[in-house]
Order: sequence, then structure tokens, then C-alpha cells
Amino acid sequence: MTATAVFFRGLWKENPIFRLLLGLCPTLAVTTSVVNGLGMGLASTFVLLCSNTMISLLRGFIPRKVRIPAYIVVIASFVTIVDLVMHGFFFELHRSLGLFIPLIVVNCIILGRAEAFASRNPLRLSVLDGLGMGLGFTAGLAILGGVRELLGSGSLLGIPVLGADYPPALVMILPPGAFLTLGLLLAGMNKLEQRRAIRAGEAYAPPREMDCGNCVLCNLGENLRSE
Amino acid sequence: MNTPVKDTVSVQNLIVSASPHVHAGQDVRAVMRDVLLALVPGVLVGLWFFGLPALVVLLLSVGGCVACEWAACRLLGRRSTVGDLSAALTGVLLAMNLPSGSPWWLVLVGAVVAIGLGKAIYGGLGMNPFNPALVARVFLLISFPVQMTRWVVPRGPGTGFDAATGATPLGAVKEAISLGRPLTAVDLPGAGDLLLGDMGGSLGEVGAAALMLGGFYLLWRGIIRWQIPVGFIASLVVVTGIAHAAAPDRYLHPLIHVLSGGLILGAFFMATDMVTSPVTRRGMLVFGVGCGLLTAVIRLWGGYPEGVSFAILLMNAVTPLIDRYTRPRVFGAPRRVLFSVRRGS
Repeated sequence: MTATAVFFRGLWKENPIFRLLLGLCPTLAVTTSVVNGLGMGLASTFVLLCSNTMISLLRGFIPRKVRIPAYIVVIASFVTIVDLVMHGFFFELHRSLGLFIPLIVVNCIILGRAEAFASRNPLRLSVLDGLGMGLGFTAGLAILGGVRELLGSGSLLGIPVLGADYPPALVMILPPGAFLTLGLLLAGMNKLEQRRAIRAGEAYAPPREMDCGNCVLCNLGENLRSE
Repeated sequence: MNTPVKDTVSVQNLIVSASPHVHAGQDVRAVMRDVLLALVPGVLVGLWFFGLPALVVLLLSVGGCVACEWAACRLLGRRSTVGDLSAALTGVLLAMNLPSGSPWWLVLVGAVVAIGLGKAIYGGLGMNPFNPALVARVFLLISFPVQMTRWVVPRGPGTGFDAATGATPLGAVKEAISLGRPLTAVDLPGAGDLLLGDMGGSLGEVGAAALMLGGFYLLWRGIIRWQIPVGFIASLVVVTGIAHAAAPDRYLHPLIHVLSGGLILGAFFMATDMVTSPVTRRGMLVFGVGCGLLTAVIRLWGGYPEGVSFAILLMNAVTPLIDRYTRPRVFGAPRRVLFSVRRGS
């Protein structure tokens, strides 16, 4: 795989939020505004970049049996740095993100990249992978935050844009709004992907997690297969 | 091989097809028409008490839902299902869940949410896990709590657009309890007013008697079965009755609980939605009792004064589970045992 492909993979084709559905806890919890989404995304990107670098460098030294605790120690060190820096220099943002900054430690994107990529690839590729995945995550959070802030508070980046007469739909900045927005964005992504596949003349199959036939609600796919 | 000629002829005259062979003439359109007909008395009482603004809400809601249904079918490349009247019914039910003086945008947002997010997104009528009108109501209630709780006090048919607002009986009770006042300090409508509908509320929260009339019509026509409404109302009466007996100055009389709020509308028209409620009779009973218990819990101890819509939506969510566990035994199949001791090897 070329270096460019490794970098751009995280932005679209394997976007952590929209295609892999990873890291949904911060995704749904903190994206009440663009600023929160960007802040969370950039903090995670920093941790991801540093942990990928460190783990790629240490990949010859970490014994296989204790690799997960070792990764967690590395990740937790960088999260602590981010937490302290944000507390010192971005106090408001730090307060509104609250507990979700320390929780970056258990963000499955970061551990996932460490285990699946950085621990078996050279430094240069691991850095690009961390950067691509991190920016893809940040972009996803910012888009989600933008939609929710616009509909839920009538503003963007804290600046009112929809006028004083706009009645803010509170549900959009509450947890249900996160699920609604994410669901609709995923549907849109699938539609785009489907259109691209049809144009290119490929067979299109939606990701298993997003295929209606595999939804637990009716278990249609499961039932069809068992019959 | 050597089949006689006359037999071949007689076989040719038979039409061979898969069952069912006899059709009742019932289809989606006929069912929806019956439900709409059953709602007429309730709607008329609502219009009588709330006047012109209520009519505006009703027309906007029905028009909005039908337009959304048409647009959704078009966008998603499906055959138009406007003709089956289900969107019109959703529109009427949505209007009955809104305060009569609702601003136009509130009603239209509700219509888009009901048809778009409540129904079309799942694949249209029959695929939706939740009652579309209730999805819209809860969406609006959470989004716009101020507009959704601005209840108009009924003034009769002469009510203009500048009507006075007041609390619903359940809302007044919740407020009194939160302020630590006894219930005797709350000015509650009498049982007769509750039955006829002379109180604050949404279109479908008044006129319990008229709504019940429609409910009995549906029962008589066989559109709904008794299990859901009876289970719903009975379990609510039991729980609120126990609470009332234990502390009459904190909890209302069960009769008031039954006749106020959206209970009658919910029990007869919303919870019994064929798509989102269980298919077996035992399952319906479980569903109804669940709705009643949840409503009672929310009304007595919850943050919101009214819990019918939340209760029905929560039970909608477990409907597939109820259906799975109340599946009837196949004739001749061994009885299912919950706990069995395995004997021998």
C-alpha cells in the first residue's frame, strides 16, 4: 500500500466514524457544537499521532503477551499531556468536554490503530495512518457538531446564523439528536457510495453493520440464512 | 396415462391457486377508513371546545402528512401510498396530540418527522417499529417544550386565535406536588367535565366519552381487540388506585387518571396500531399491561405530567420481543416447558 493511500484511507474509505463506526461514545456525546467536535477531534488526533509513533518505534521491544497493557500505558501518557495542556490553555473547552478527554484512553480507534497498524508497520506509514485516521475522525465530529449546532441552537461556531426568530430544536443538542444526525449522515454516505459503485459498474453491498437485513430489530438476514 | 377425456376437461375448468381462497374484502384503505370514522366524534368534540385554531392545526397536520407521504414515495422511488389513507390517519392523530393553538411551523415539523423519520425511513407502512404520530409528538415535546405545553383553555366554538392558556389537570397536579402543596389546593375539573372534555389539553386529550365511542366502534368492527385497551386502562387503574389509597393527598383518584390526559386516545387509537403492536392476543395483553404500568409510573413519579406517549413508544420497542415469546404453539407440537429437568442420558 502506498503512503498516500494509507493517509487518505482514514478520510473516506475507512473513516472511523462513518465507515468503521468506531469511537461512537465521544462521537455521540460531545458533538453538541462545532467547537466541541473540533476540540475533541484534534485532541484525539494528537494522541493517535503520538501513540502510533511511539508504538511503531517500540514494536520490536514490546512482548506480545503484554502488548495491550503496554499500548494503554503509552496512550494514557499522551492523554494525560493533552488533558493538562487543555486544562491550562483552553479552560472553557476543557470544561465542556469534561470527562471525555480522559476517556480518550479507552477510545477504540486509538487502541485499534495501535494493534492493527502501528504495531506491525514502519514509522513513516504509522505516522501517516495516525494523521489520516485522526483527521477523518475530526472531520466527522465537526460535521456532526455543525449539523447539531445549526439545528439545535441556530448558530455555527457560536455565531447566530438562523436569526432570532428561529426556534431552536432542543432535541438536536440532546442525545437523541446525535443518533438522528449520525443515522441520517450514514444513510447519506451509503447513498453516495452506492451511486459511485453503480457508476463504476461494481456490485454494491452496504457494510454489514448498516445493512437493513442484519438489523437486530427483525433479524431478517439471520432468519433468511437459517431457513 | 390413459386418462378419460371428460376428467381432463373438468380439471381444466378448475382454477388452481394458493390459499387464501376467500377474501374478507378488508385492506389497508378499509381499515384506515374505519379508524378515521371512529375518530370523528373525538375530533368534533375537540373542534367544539377549541374552535377555529384547532381546525387550522388539524388541516395543516393532515395536509402536511399527506404531502410528506407523497414526497417520500417519490424521492425513494416507491409506488405512491397516499391513497391508502394511512398518512391522513397519522395526520389526524398527530393533530390530536398537539395543543390547539400550535404555530404552523410546529405542526409541519411534526408532519415531516412523523412521516419521514417515523415511517418512510424504515420502508413505509408496515415496516415502522414505532407509531409515527407518537414519534413526532415526542420529538416536538423534547425539542419545543414551551410551545408543546401552551395549553388553551376550552371556550367553546367561539374561541378565537387569542385564547387564554392554562395547565392540563395532570400538569397542575404535578406542579402542585413539586411545590409541596396538597392536591386539595388544585382546582380540578369534575368527573362530568372530564368525561365531556371541558378542560385544558391537546385536541385528543379532551372528550373522553366521544373517544370511547369511537373505540367501541373499532371493537365492534373487529379492527382492534379488547386486550390492549383493557390491559392498558386496567393496569393504570390498579397502580394509581393503590397509590391513591395509600396517600390520597398526593395521588389522584384513578378515575381522574383514566379520564384525563391522552389515556383514552392512547389506549384505543395509538397503542392498538396494527403495525407496532403484537400480533397474538396474549402478546396484546402483555403490551397493554406494560403500557399501563409505564404510564402510571411516569405520571406518579416521573418528571413529565403525562406519560402515555412515552409508555406506548417504549412498548413499541419491545413488541418484536413480545411476539417472539407469545408465539402460539403449533398444533400437535409438544408443549414448551420453561424449566425442564433432563432425565436419563
